[in-house]
Formats: sequence, structure tokens, C-alpha cells
Amino acid sequence: MSTATADTTDSAERRADGARAPEKTSSDRTVTVVSHIVLTLWSIIVILPLVWVFLSSWKTTGEIFSSPLALPQNWSFDNYIGAWRDSNIGRYMLNSVIVVTCSLVLVMILGSAAAYSLARYPFRGSGVIYYLILAGLTFPVFLAIVPLFFVLKNTGLLNTLPGLIATYVAFAFPFTVFFLYPFFRGLPQEIAEAAELDGAGEWRTFAQVMLPMARPGIVAIAIFNFLGLWNQFLLPVALNTNEDNYVLSQGMARFASQAGYAVDFGQLFAAVVITIVPVLAVYIFSQRQLQGSLSQGTLK
Amino acid sequence: MPLSRVIFILITLGLPFAFYAVFVLWPFVQAFVYSLTNWSGFSDQFEFVGLSNYTALLKDDIFLKAVRNNLLLALVVPFVTIVLALALATMVTVGGSSTGAVRGLSRSSFYRIVSFFPYTIPAIVIGLIWSQMFDPSAGLVNAVLTGLGLDKFESFAWLGEVSTAMPVTMFVIIWGFVGFYMVLFIAAIKGIPAELYDAARVDGAGRVRMTFMVTLPMVRDTIQTAYIYLGILALDAFVYMAALNASGGPQNSTLTMTQDLFNTAFKKGQFGMASAMGVVLALLTLLFAAIVFAVNRYTGGKDNR
Repeated sequence: MSTATADTTDSAERRADGARAPEKTSSDRTVTVVSHIVLTLWSIIVILPLVWVFLSSWKTTGEIFSSPLALPQNWSFDNYIGAWRDSNIGRYMLNSVIVVTCSLVLVMILGSAAAYSLARYPFRGSGVIYYLILAGLTFPVFLAIVPLFFVLKNTGLLNTLPGLIATYVAFAFPFTVFFLYPFFRGLPQEIAEAAELDGAGEWRTFAQVMLPMARPGIVAIAIFNFLGLWNQFLLPVALNTNEDNYVLSQGMARFASQAGYAVDFGQLFAAVVITIVPVLAVYIFSQRQLQGSLSQGTLK
Repeated sequence: MPLSRVIFILITLGLPFAFYAVFVLWPFVQAFVYSLTNWSGFSDQFEFVGLSNYTALLKDDIFLKAVRNNLLLALVVPFVTIVLALALATMVTVGGSSTGAVRGLSRSSFYRIVSFFPYTIPAIVIGLIWSQMFDPSAGLVNAVLTGLGLDKFESFAWLGEVSTAMPVTMFVIIWGFVGFYMVLFIAAIKGIPAELYDAARVDGAGRVRMTFMVTLPMVRDTIQTAYIYLGILALDAFVYMAALNASGGPQNSTLTMTQDLFNTAFKKGQFGMASAMGVVLALLTLLFAAIVFAVNRYTGGKDNR
């Protein structure tokens, strides 16, 4: 605080003799220093829990309770092996990968095809379809959850991975269309028309000419969909109650619901690390392209 | 329209839309119908009971408490998240030199990368991490506070006290989203033409004035989008509650409509009543979005520019 005051008076003096000087003024320095301090504080608030979880994942439950601040006594993989095998994180992870991969591929195919068709060939009633798709975005999933339970039950898809994939695709579909529609609208029609004049049919024009041009949007929405589906909680909790089919978020929720002495806290922390690390690693290595396409896509 | 094109549209648009209609639109419509019945779900029999589910909800103290909790979340979470995200984004983008061109803070990409971390973590795991952080005896928060000599926090149950359970829950949700919106706002601010800042500076505007006169008006549509997403999230909040206080918190102080709905449907089997709760939730969500649009327009947004 005292340095800040000193800087302010200092800057007042400087301004008197050379306000137009292009070098950094002291008030600049104050703002810069304060900004760095605030941003560093926020970074610490973000990182500290993650570091603590990482350190705790190497401790035994006894160590965790005796001192939250102490470092682990010996770095053994016991918690990780236990979490992977005994707490079934390995199995849940596999289920998650299967469900998210299948639904991501499907929703990208269906969503981009529908968005393209809607943008390129407007017909009587396509406006209604667009608004019905938009409606699916506006209403909360919770409104649909009870009837959805019975839709899946009646089709025999309840508590199965294909059933979960189908609902993931259906609920990610409206946002995908909504997001990609402006991208396809923005593409020059002349190019598609030229391709069709050259003898390319609707399918080839779509897949080989127009789809590649909408690539920035497709990458962005694929990332959004991946994170959204990986994060999905309500749909599996309500519609996938068979423990063998649990996805990762359900496996993690089990730790929360078994509150008390039944929980092996060392394994809990190891499971958290196992869950976080793959996605975080991909993010750190590709953050430049990732943030670029996310913000480019969202601000469209 | 040539036949090949009709076939193309049927397959590319008709097929996905039919699928979407069965799994999304049809359940939405059914929910409204079920909300007028006394269906218990386990038999095929049910009667239409008119609006009696809704009138029962109006007298249900627990549900009304949940509605109030959700409204509180919708009031606080979007506002605090956006203000924090905007402040951090402003520091990153215009925190540099005030002479010459408007410059961002040097070496700021570190902050941007780190702040985004929580967005890559599933919400249920965010909840788990923080419920451990706030654990009365094994958590880092109390360990640090007692380490600083504040002995009354030795085994303070942050999530078990009526006065702190809700604020702590809000903090956790905000922690999860500030980074994402910060990155979004940084991109939006960088998209503002530099001439606007230069002109403001020639007119003698300082940083604070520039933030209010240039930055805020130029990113208001991004703010509107952020507000709506965060509002929808705050009216849901189910996943965070499942990790932090699965049973509604002390004296139901963190119980949400979504938790009440889930229990009413899948634990009590009152599907008609649960559907009515879903309709109330949907109406509140639409109302929230309408208010955000109205405020943006009334204060000189989009259509007045």
C-alpha cells in the first residue's frame, strides 16, 4: 500500500516536467504492479487446491487426517492402484471414453449435416424447425428428465450405454446446430454453386467443399461438446443406474455420497487426479489453438 | 426442387431432427402433460388432477425454500462471476502502458492459461475438491486459518453451518467459471478497434473511464450471453450440490429445485409432481432470460446502438 502512495506522488511530479514523454509513467507502473498482484492472487486461488489434491493423493488416509499441510511420507502408487482397481475408476474411465467418443462423433455428423442443410436450402417450414431446435436449448434438461426416463424404459435403452449415447447426442444436438448455423450461413453460396455446376452432387459439395470451409466453427463446437459431455452428470445419474455402466462422473459422485468412514480419502484424491490430468494435459499442450478457436467460435 | 436435393434434406435434416424430436422435444411436451396428473410412474394408471400439483407446490415450504435458494444463486453467481471475469480480463488487456498504443500486460498468457484450468475439470470433481478443501478437520482451508492463529476455525464446518453453506457453495461455482468467461472477455476486448481507445485517450479519459465508456459498451452482448448461461446454470446447480451437500445442506439452506425434483421423481416416485416442478423451473429460466434481454435493451443495448 505504501509503495502505491509513493508512486502516485512520484507520477504527479513527473507529469509536471514531461507529460508527453513516451516512456512508462509511474502511474502505469502502479497499475501494472497492482494488476500483476491481483492476477497472481487469483492464479494462486486456482492452483492451490489442485496442488493440494495432487500432494494428498500420495498420502494415506491416516496422514491426510493427521495433518492436511504435511507432505506425503513416502511416495507410493498404492492410492492410484487402489483407485484404478478397487474404486473401479479404470472401468468408469473406459465407459466414459466409449460414451463420449461415440456421442461426440455422432453429434458432430448429425449436427453439422443438419446445420448445413438448414442454412443452405431454406424451404417452407425450415424456420419452424430452426425455432424448435432453439427451444431445446432454452428449456432445462430437468424438465425432460422424467418423461425421458420412460422413453428409454419403453425402448429398452434404460441403463445401457447405447441409451446414454442416444440421449447425449440428442441433448448436444441443438447447441451444435445453433452454433454451426451462422458458420454455414456465412460461407459464400457461389462456391457451392460452382461445385455443383462442375458436377458435384449435394453430398460431395457438402462433404468436400463446404464442410472443410466451416472448419474453425467445427473445431470449436467439437471442443465445447467434448467438455460438455465429459462433464455430463444429470443424464447418467438419472438414466444409467447400473453400476457396471457407470461413467466417470458417477464414479466420482459415489465418493461424495459415501460420506464418512467408508471413504478411502487417499483413493479419492488419486481418483480426482486421474480424472483431471488427461484433459488438463491436452489443454496445456494445445491451449493456444484451443483458446483461439473457442473465442473465435463463440464471438461469431 | 430436384429429387436428389429432397432426399439430401430428408437425410441430413429430417433424420437428425426426428431423432431429436423423440429424445428432446417429445419429453418436454410430455412433461407439461404429466404435470397435470397424479402419476406415480409405477403403474400405467393416472388421473388428470388439473392444477392441483401446482397449488400443492405453492404450499410446499421445502420447495419454496428451494426456489428461494435458486433465486439467490441466480442473483449472485452470474453477477459476481462476470464482474470478476471482466475485471481480470481488463487487467490483462489494458493493464500495460498508458502511452502509445493500448497495450496488454506483459507476460499475461500465464494468467490466462491458469485461470482456464477449472473449466477443464468436470463439475462433480470441482465439487469434490472443494468439499475436501472445506472439510472441518482434514481440509486445507481450516489448516491454513488455524496456522495463521485463528483457533476458532480448528474444526469449523463450512458446509455444515447455515450461515456459511450457501456462500461457500456460491464461491465454488464461481471458482469454476471465472476463468472461462475471463478468456471469453479477453477475446471480446481484443476485438474492439484500437481507434476507440486512442480517441478516448485523446479526450483525456483515464483507465477507469475507458473501461466504462469504451470496454463495457463494446462487450455488452458477450456479457448478455454470459449472463444467460450463468443464470441457467445457477437455476440448475444440481451437480455442485450433489458433491457439496447432497441432502440439501443444514436446514435445507442449499437445497435446490433440481434436487427436490430429482428426489420427488426417482426416490418418492411422484412423477406428476416432479414434472410440475420441472415446469416451474422452466418458467423461471425463461423469465430470467427475458429479464436479461429486457435490461440489456432498456439500458441501451443492441437495438439502440
